Amino acid sequence: MKNQKELLSGNEAIARGAYESGVNFAAGYPGTPSSEILENIVNYPGIYAEWSVNEKVALESAAGASWAGARCIVTMKHVGLNVASDPLMTLPYVGVKGGLVIVVADDPSMHSSQNEQDSRNYAKFAKVPLLEPSDSQEAKDFVKIGIEISEKYDIPVILRSTTRISHSKGIVKLGTREENPHKIHFEKNPQKYVTVPAYARVMRVKLEEKIKKLKKLTNRIGINKIILNNKRLGIITGSISYQYAREVFPDASFLKLGMSYPFPDELIRKFASLVKKLVVIEELDPILEEHIRSLGIKVIGKEVIPDIGELNVDIIEEAKLKLSGKKIVKKKVLKKLPDLPKRPPVLCPGCPHRGIFYALKKCNVSVVGDIGCYSLATYPPLESLDSILCMGAGISACHGMDKVGYKNVVGVLGDSTFFHSGMTSLLDIAYNKGASTIIILDNKTTAMTGHQHHPGTGKTIKDEETVHISIGEIARAFGIKRVREVNPYNVEETYKVLKEEISSDEPSVIITTEPCILNVRGVEVEPCYIDADLCVGCGACLKVGCPALEKVLITDKKFNVQINTVLCTGCEICCQVCKVNAIKKE
Amino acid sequence: MCKQDNGETVNILLAGVGGQGIILASTIISMAVMESGYDVKNNEVHGMAQRGGSVVCQIRFGKKVFSPLIKKGSADFLIALEKLEALRYADYLKKDGVVIVNNFKISPLTVLTGQSQYPANIDEMMEETFSHLHIVDGVKLAQDLGDVRTSNVILIGLLSHYLPFKKEVWINVIKKSVKEKFRDINVKAFEIGREMK
Repeated sequence: MKNQKELLSGNEAIARGAYESGVNFAAGYPGTPSSEILENIVNYPGIYAEWSVNEKVALESAAGASWAGARCIVTMKHVGLNVASDPLMTLPYVGVKGGLVIVVADDPSMHSSQNEQDSRNYAKFAKVPLLEPSDSQEAKDFVKIGIEISEKYDIPVILRSTTRISHSKGIVKLGTREENPHKIHFEKNPQKYVTVPAYARVMRVKLEEKIKKLKKLTNRIGINKIILNNKRLGIITGSISYQYAREVFPDASFLKLGMSYPFPDELIRKFASLVKKLVVIEELDPILEEHIRSLGIKVIGKEVIPDIGELNVDIIEEAKLKLSGKKIVKKKVLKKLPDLPKRPPVLCPGCPHRGIFYALKKCNVSVVGDIGCYSLATYPPLESLDSILCMGAGISACHGMDKVGYKNVVGVLGDSTFFHSGMTSLLDIAYNKGASTIIILDNKTTAMTGHQHHPGTGKTIKDEETVHISIGEIARAFGIKRVREVNPYNVEETYKVLKEEISSDEPSVIITTEPCILNVRGVEVEPCYIDADLCVGCGACLKVGCPALEKVLITDKKFNVQINTVLCTGCEICCQVCKVNAIKKE
Repeated sequence: MCKQDNGETVNILLAGVGGQGIILASTIISMAVMESGYDVKNNEVHGMAQRGGSVVCQIRFGKKVFSPLIKKGSADFLIALEKLEALRYADYLKKDGVVIVNNFKISPLTVLTGQSQYPANIDEMMEETFSHLHIVDGVKLAQDLGDVRTSNVILIGLLSHYLPFKKEVWINVIKKSVKEKFRDINVKAFEIGREMK
């Protein structure tokens, strides 16, 4: 085991780090780019793991587990930390017993997200130490360092990853598991655990003392290190930016920050005094840069490094040219190519969402959307989604429109999203006498993030049987009388149900019944075909936006449509849309 | 192609459409690199783009690798499982870079619905753009073999000619990377690719 090496992604390495540091409790909610951490933790012995219904629940559960002595890890994507920000802001007051590391994975450039917030801001805001690995080896090692810091300084620790850390693989030296020395027991200590104002005020002062001690640590900890080389240029950096910068500036000196909050002021001052020109290379917000400037140190940062989108070697090479005052010459590409057709992601062939969004378009209503695969219904030809804000807003924002008198609107959200934060929104509609029509796209999985279980699937993260929560029963328990199920593959019926519920002046919930097509495996599919003699080339079927249907030119001006039988799942939505019954099954 | 022996980093870019098996291909190549004693980093695309979108994976190996991402104009190899995707990432390739392309078209939705056109002369465009081009009938060969999904491994077989790793290393890594019932067919797919040229 001692010299064993493995090729691990950042997420796999974080899971391994949790195992090696004796973590006993792991919780999280799926979200790209963080999902695989918990999916890998499940495979290690000695760790209880769960998909919590949302990130707030995950962090609160971990807080309790920690107070009882367990070592804990919580995982989420950046916007998940917003959901968990309530416990996050007070947990540093209370502190921990077993070490607690909160892993948050940011998504610069929004590869799979609705915003690109820089979650490093939370460290200063909540007053918690921040660790930022720059590769898989560090991702693993920093979990252990995080657990140690958490226990020693009685504070939760944020470990911040990004898409390129989480989803890049590198070679990692494995270690062995070090068991948690704490016994599981909760000791009564209201001055530590009860945040009534009288005690919280004392905790507030103690928190500053913790930060003071952590400031000492951050100046001497090994993961904040000066790499001296040519002293004409000094670069302060961390996370993935460090790797890009090392590539572009092989001869420069570096201050590489693995622990970037509290800011290591002494180390920064020392480094600044050693080099002639100081540059900060950081992705997204100018957090280090502004702090360094506040110390009275002259530094270059966002003048040459963009503050929008992720960085890469090309961008930093451009910054290098700007620093040297040279003119930027656009690099020659191989050959100028014509504009190629774009290839954005699409709803899969046979996706049950297709029927509902096709029917919604026919209803001519505004559609308040949410976070999930169905966000893809925004694009042509479906063009049926009119807003996306955050998880749960598919219901609450619809309610807001309804309450101010805009009635031609429905809210849509997925099943996992409903359990995550749609339930409270629906309760709000029921309680406040709303009349919204809410559609729950129940495809019986958390599809977009890779098919994780949730309370509606009846299975835990370990695939064990558990209670099977019914969305319809929840809605009825909230006092909503109009709860209907609809098969989205039946376009006519779906349209009819939508029409009836939209015109109703009571609140209603429509639940789709069909599972994600990617989870329907082992079933023999019978693809559809188009009778070329009957097809008039009207293009009606193309409006469902299925990747299995292709417009094909047959003569100079005439075209018809063909079906790719490899992709077709035989869902028959296109058959129902065809006006001349040209689409059939054998 | 043995420049990695003098410490330079080798860059491989894999391109295709979500669902074509790019991540598996990336894992196989990266593991073969590691087992052959080099430092390696790769980057994979997960999440939204996997729903039929344009997908890339990047692999870099050598004595010591920092960035997991390849800069434009520096890829030694471009492996594309779909022809349009080969052209889309052409600007990552270095001047004398090698291109291995699956002779396979998947029309994006914009083409399917008639909003844009799949370039009719795509083979000519590739010939003009790439100086070292292999167009491989991967899908057809994979279908003949019995599993259309193995076209990615056929392309890896051809790539393996250019890389200084032992055949046994490749075979072992492929066996480790796929489920038991797909082992034999993937090893065969690799051998089909390796025997090409």
